[in-house]
Amino acid sequence: MLKFIVRRILQSIPTLLGITLISFMMIHIAPGNPARLLLGNHYTVERAAALTKELGLNKPIWEQYFIWLGNILHGNLGQSYVYNEPVTSLILQALPHTLIIVAVAVLAAHLFAVFIGSIQAYYKDTWFDQVATVVNYFLYSMPSFWLGVLLIIFFSITLGWLPSGGIVNNQLSNPGFGDWVRHLILPSATLFLVSVAAWARYMRSSMWNALLQDYVRTARMKGASEFRVVFVHALRNSILPLITLFGLSLPILLSGALFVEEIFNYPGMGLLFWDAVMSRDYPIIMGVTVFIGVVTLVGNLIADILYGIVDPRIQYK
Amino acid sequence: MSDQTITIPMTQEQASERPNFMHRFWRLWSTRMGVLLFLGLVLFSFVGPLIYRESAILPHVAHTVLPPSARFPLGTDSLGHNVLAQLMVGGQSSLEVGFLAAAVSMIFGTFYGMVSAMVGGWLDALMMRVVDAMMTIPSIFILLFLNAVFRPNLFLMIFVLASTSWLGVSRLVRGEVLVIKNQLYLEAAQAIGTRTWRIMTRYMLPNFLGTVLVASTLSVADGILAMAGLSFLGLGLPPPTPNWGGMLSDGLNYMFQNGWWMLYPPGIMILLSQVSINLIGDGLRGAIETRQA
Repeated sequence: MLKFIVRRILQSIPTLLGITLISFMMIHIAPGNPARLLLGNHYTVERAAALTKELGLNKPIWEQYFIWLGNILHGNLGQSYVYNEPVTSLILQALPHTLIIVAVAVLAAHLFAVFIGSIQAYYKDTWFDQVATVVNYFLYSMPSFWLGVLLIIFFSITLGWLPSGGIVNNQLSNPGFGDWVRHLILPSATLFLVSVAAWARYMRSSMWNALLQDYVRTARMKGASEFRVVFVHALRNSILPLITLFGLSLPILLSGALFVEEIFNYPGMGLLFWDAVMSRDYPIIMGVTVFIGVVTLVGNLIADILYGIVDPRIQYK
Repeated sequence: MSDQTITIPMTQEQASERPNFMHRFWRLWSTRMGVLLFLGLVLFSFVGPLIYRESAILPHVAHTVLPPSARFPLGTDSLGHNVLAQLMVGGQSSLEVGFLAAAVSMIFGTFYGMVSAMVGGWLDALMMRVVDAMMTIPSIFILLFLNAVFRPNLFLMIFVLASTSWLGVSRLVRGEVLVIKNQLYLEAAQAIGTRTWRIMTRYMLPNFLGTVLVASTLSVADGILAMAGLSFLGLGLPPPTPNWGGMLSDGLNYMFQNGWWMLYPPGIMILLSQVSINLIGDGLRGAIETRQA
């Protein structure tokens, strides 16, 4: 087991280097002098000379890459010139907001997808299955940004139940936990609704396959209730692929989070990146790209290892 | 080597299979719906402007933010553009870019995946690590960056979108080629001295073309969505070219003033494009997978 984990971690190192290389190349793809791009409105001839020396911008490109990589490994992602703060601290401020939206959405989506998908598989080809499939299809095809707008129109404007943006109501002197939760509902719901459809579709077919297996028949013959057969015996095996699916859908989730944060003005990683792109804040653009890439990579790694732990049929060589 | 080819007569099974493909594709009402919807979108975007002859880019300065009326069936936006006309022209760019980006990514991805699998060894490993790394970064982050730096026009947009969508195709093709590579008929082809290019195009490609086409159909939807999303985020095609995502984003300014005619039409068009293409893609997949089973 330990060997498997170590090997899996070693395997992801080339990918990790690839991610840093892509982010590094961003400053060189962009037209213009890198020192000038990195300094932005802080540009002076002296500062440019200092930065050129620090980052070795007059050295060969591979040497520049290793200097930059060394900085990253020391947690130094540079200085944002719009916020005049280290990129690392900006990322750490934004990260919790993205994490909470994604975590709530993923958790809810998994629970709901497992439930709906299982029932759909059990009642396959009945009217319930067909209605659920059609609803699923529309959600699956629904752009996150259009769904977010619809939810704001309905819940914030027409009904006036929930706030349309921000983390807390700034006009309140002491917003408190309840207010924070109210602001979290719509962004998470948007991400939940766009991701639940794909997982429910997958769960439906996975459960349908499980229900045909011999051990399900055995459970029925032993006299287990239908509920127990579906949600204990069959679920145990059909739920496993969802772990891998979660790892694979991380990039899509984070892309979705960017749109959601932009619509609901929720100050997470996506909004940080979007703002940086709009103001050409290169240190942030590069830093967030590296960071998001690493998060996805680690997420995939955890999903893989978790799958190995929960599925005893997997052999480790 | 002679260029003569030996044609093997089709077995009965194969012969009876061919006409069935369309039948299998057409048998589901959901697929028929998708095709119908898609044809509707094409007619609306490309034939619509020939019938409804109003300019999409001419601003009616005296008639801004008007709700639907006889003169403007879907109202006007903040600059006095005719929303219905914009919707039609916006569909053209969405469909064109979506299709061409999918085509470019299909060609490049197929080539890349094939070369990677055929060459093998360290080059294969290196080529696939590049794909891994690029797939790890969520595509919208790369697309936003490229759009901000290059401010692409319609033509460049095709390549920007293809820059992330070829990755999936290359992985798919590589997997298929690795399987085919060890088949007996391929060994036979190599034994009689068939050139590599011919092996790639005549022996391998037909075997996985179906799978790649299904993936590419779905990536048309992804391309349309990505372009709408980028425009929504304010980094789409430069004005005055109308675009569904950009229209939606402009409409947001009137969300609180009940400017529904600026929000619902583009939003619904984006959704319909996604639904129709996904339905067609699923239909194609069903038809192809049955043949392989």
